[in-house]
Amino acid sequence: MSEQTNGYKSGSNLEKLLRAGHFVVTAEIGPPQSADPEVIRRKARLLKGVVDATNITDNQTAIVRMSSIASAVLAMQEGVEPIVQMTCRDRNRLAMQSDLLGAYALGARNLLCLTGDHQSFGNHPTAKNVHDLDSIQFIRMVRDMRDEGRFQCGDEIKGVRPRFFIGAAENPFGDPFDFRPYRLMKKVAAGVDFIQTQIILDIPRFREFMKRVVDMGLHEKVYILAGIGPLKSAGAARYMRDKVPGMRVRDEYVERMEAAVAGIPKEDKKARKEAWEREGIRIAIEQIQEIREIPGVAGVHIMAIEWEEAVRPIVEGAGLLPRPQV
Amino acid sequence: MIVGEQKPLEEIMNLLGDARRVLVAGCGTCVTVCFAGGEKEAAILASALRMKSKLEGHPMEVDEVTVQRQCEWEYIDPLADRLKDYDVVLSLACGIGVQAMNERFPDVITLPGLNTTFLGLPEEHGIWEERCQACGDCILGITFGICPIARCSKQLLNGPCGGSQNGVCEVNPDIPCAWQLIWERAMKFGQVERLLEIQPPKNWSRSRDGGPRKIVREDLRLPEEE
Repeated sequence: MSEQTNGYKSGSNLEKLLRAGHFVVTAEIGPPQSADPEVIRRKARLLKGVVDATNITDNQTAIVRMSSIASAVLAMQEGVEPIVQMTCRDRNRLAMQSDLLGAYALGARNLLCLTGDHQSFGNHPTAKNVHDLDSIQFIRMVRDMRDEGRFQCGDEIKGVRPRFFIGAAENPFGDPFDFRPYRLMKKVAAGVDFIQTQIILDIPRFREFMKRVVDMGLHEKVYILAGIGPLKSAGAARYMRDKVPGMRVRDEYVERMEAAVAGIPKEDKKARKEAWEREGIRIAIEQIQEIREIPGVAGVHIMAIEWEEAVRPIVEGAGLLPRPQV
Repeated sequence: MIVGEQKPLEEIMNLLGDARRVLVAGCGTCVTVCFAGGEKEAAILASALRMKSKLEGHPMEVDEVTVQRQCEWEYIDPLADRLKDYDVVLSLACGIGVQAMNERFPDVITLPGLNTTFLGLPEEHGIWEERCQACGDCILGITFGICPIARCSKQLLNGPCGGSQNGVCEVNPDIPCAWQLIWERAMKFGQVERLLEIQPPKNWSRSRDGGPRKIVREDLRLPEEE
């Protein structure tokens, strides 16, 4: 803690809202596969005033995109608070710390520490990966930079320390299931402040996960934001159910998406798309209302991938607008 | 053991280029056991090269020889006299053998006929799997005998990533998740708490990242002759 952050760890809007006990809403912006700043600006404008902070993904699914730190600066220029995502896949501990100093100097205050999808999924499958640190070691490093004023090697940071509000991901649907709450415990011990979960399309399993988390008392040490991923079509739901590693999708969601276009002829693509999107948004709203009641959940993280337009109707439909000010 | 796999014949032909007299040199240790570069494979490859070069209209003279270990001077030294008869040596040893040949016999080029693939074992007949990355700082004692450096696609030290599902790795369902295996072993021995301790960042300087490695054992060195 220091004077410059007024008793807060980072002083970010996200941290202040969580500390004040508000149910927070975050979303995500995927940077473009180009150098076009307008893409970020446009997405940021869609989310301004709708969410409390926005993740900026870091070469997600191992596809080269505009840097998350550069994109975060563009988002800030549009008045949106970023959560800079950083993976262990592309950088060693030197590059990570150097980028953290730079990101903080440019105004970023929230950070999400990730392992990173394997490069074999992306567009450079022959690349060398790094994984010098894992996500837990990464969290500890960022915490020590903030709270101890030390680099990972132990050297003192002379001057301004990067004071991030430290986030991490957790996948309640990954295996071994019994290890997951312990892994969260390790992240808490390493110094994480908030968690954003994988997209939840299996609420009973998430409920079971949260029960264990609450039994272990972890919800009192870390803010847990539940991942919401609006479905865009029946095909997308099936794909997530059958193909995406680490995802669990209950059949009921696939069936609802299939039923949403019942009676609409296949040729009428526009009507089918609209029907799917309406149903996807409706499901997301229902999920937020259900998940809100689960003990230990401090907010939601909406991952509307390449569908940022969906965020406002979801947040509005869930009765979470306007967003609180602190 | 060191596991290798023969390069495609086409690639070997390209490497050999205009060579007319070729000695295929097998190795009698690891690559024999993994059926990639022993006496038998050397004989098969030599005859394939003879046939292919003949078919392509520039026949090569190809002989073969197999030594017990291409990675030790005492086993390769006896080849010295033979080598002057060849334009090139095609080694079917691992990368260590190929380099030993080039180092010991600098006047003749030794080319690789294998890709040295990994340190591993035959999981069953005809299937080899990686087990060790020679990281120089063995952690098997804290991971219940399963190495996440060699067997986790992301070399994680503190548990599985979010891509582990139904016991397999997100990279490929043929890869068992190393952390699932570690977890099961910890459960079996009732020692899950040992996995809850945070493992600090690894010291990669003892791995290849510290530069090429070398061990000097003064107790084993022979006294220099006066």
